[in-house]
Amino acid sequence: MAIIADDLALPPARRFSMWRAIRRNPTVALGGVLLAVLVVMAVFAPLIATNDPFKIAPVNRLRPPSERWWFGTDQFGRDVFSRTVYGARVSLIVGLSVAAISSILGLALGLACGYFRRVDSIVMRIMDGLMAIPSILLAIALITLSRPGLGIVIVAIVIPEVPRIVRVVRAVVLSIRAQPYVESAIAGGTRNWKLLTRHILPNTLAPLIVQSTYVCASAMLTEAGLSFLGAGVPPEVPSWGNIIAQGRTFFQIAPWTIMIPGTFLAVTVLAVNLLGDGLRDRLDPRLARRL
Amino acid sequence: MTAYIVRRLFATLPVMAVVALFVFFLLRFAPGDPAAIIAGEDATTEAIEAVRAKLGLDRPMVEQFFVWVTQLLRGDLGVSIFSNLPVTRLISQRLEPTVALTLSTLFVAVAMAIPIGVLAAWKVRKWVDRVVMGFAVLGFAMPVFVLAYILIYFFAVQWQMLPVQGYQPIKEGLWPFVESLILPSLALGITYMALIARTTRASMLEVLSQDYIRTANSKGLATGRVLLLHALKNAAVPIITVIGIGIALLISGVVITETVFNIPGLGRLTVDAVLKRDYPVVQGLILVFAGAKVLVNLVIDISYAFLDPRIRY
Repeated sequence: MAIIADDLALPPARRFSMWRAIRRNPTVALGGVLLAVLVVMAVFAPLIATNDPFKIAPVNRLRPPSERWWFGTDQFGRDVFSRTVYGARVSLIVGLSVAAISSILGLALGLACGYFRRVDSIVMRIMDGLMAIPSILLAIALITLSRPGLGIVIVAIVIPEVPRIVRVVRAVVLSIRAQPYVESAIAGGTRNWKLLTRHILPNTLAPLIVQSTYVCASAMLTEAGLSFLGAGVPPEVPSWGNIIAQGRTFFQIAPWTIMIPGTFLAVTVLAVNLLGDGLRDRLDPRLARRL
Repeated sequence: MTAYIVRRLFATLPVMAVVALFVFFLLRFAPGDPAAIIAGEDATTEAIEAVRAKLGLDRPMVEQFFVWVTQLLRGDLGVSIFSNLPVTRLISQRLEPTVALTLSTLFVAVAMAIPIGVLAAWKVRKWVDRVVMGFAVLGFAMPVFVLAYILIYFFAVQWQMLPVQGYQPIKEGLWPFVESLILPSLALGITYMALIARTTRASMLEVLSQDYIRTANSKGLATGRVLLLHALKNAAVPIITVIGIGIALLISGVVITETVFNIPGLGRLTVDAVLKRDYPVVQGLILVFAGAKVLVNLVIDISYAFLDPRIRY
């Protein structure tokens, strides 16, 4: 046995080296690390927060950052650091769930559109119409008609994001459909379902993953924007958009109530985008060359 | 050419029809009772019924649809629940600041982004290029309102160079008007600028690698002439496309920027309408904004035919 194994020995597998991976793809590494820190922050928020994020203490209103209040306090005397830490939860939940839901819907619709001509003409007209409505307005319209809550915010952001995914998936399906191997599978009598799942679906995954990271980033920005406008998650929830919105009145004397959650939001979106750019370079070289 | 323009014009009709149907059905099929939500938390049954009657939701669906379509085709967007004023009048009153802000942002962004992109492509992989690309990546991550407050903090509060917020109509004088638009345009334009700069760089890089550029360089033409006359002109189509795509981005950003800078435009109107749950106004604004976006796409599509005579559909 040992001899056979030695004879067949492959060249020694190169040991996985963290350093090499980072050198080869520094943006993915940076994005990943930033995001990991954020996830830890969101999951262990109760342990990391130094104060109760909801506790109102008028005596301590608008204190500048100090040892006791790392990021200062807002006009109700609430600790901005603790609120920012909890805010990571809202951003991550919205970003991840919007990315997941719109990817699944977009994938299903995109496959159907690219493969079945009759579905295509109807669904794509609807998608074109939805794309014509600026996303934040579409979300606002939905929210005007519903009771405030995290769920409706997620639904309101998913709807305008779906057409973007449908278009990406559909374009891939159309190009794959014309490949000789797909034509020969059709000629060989492969059923639609098997053709879609075995031959076409795997090709759409790389662009889909890349696109969904961008959707995640854009969902986080939209949620913060909606909350900032007062049309997002209920005002008592400490989301970054809400913290910033509530800091507006006292911005000139207490800029930290806006700058700090703002920086967290920007860095988070940056991290997701970096991850997306890195994934795109690795998974989808065709797209990478175009940009 | 004319046939192409007419055909493109007709192609916008189904898009607008879908938008119109969407806002119609959104109100009718929204989960829960929209009339109760619009009337407010502690509204009486009579108040809810009054809202329902005002929105015409108490009549049969088919009748509602025909009334709504005929009104829309006559350019009637309905009446605000809150102020009882026609939505078209509310919108036309607030149009000027939004158009001014959008155009000034467009101007600032294009005027800054194209030179930056050309520079980055010319000095590719040099430090200038890296700085530009770094800026572009940051620009995509920067929320409009956060940048807006950073700009206000430094330029208006600390150095007192520009007004903190507010809008001066152009008839109050050119300088106050321009002054009131500088910070909003920069804040709103950042993502847009990043997008245009990145596309300009990519498109220029592709053109610069072609043979005729090498010929132009080797026959001793000045670098500036090669870059601007030979290269940029041929790199224009993707840049124009992205300028068009970006206008959609601006429209979403306008709502937030106008709120931060207290500009009494359509964005501010949208936010006020949402907070008061004034659905007819929200619906009218969606139609207007979507119409603007469709119109911009149309102009972009037509401009291709002029920029690149090879393009014919």
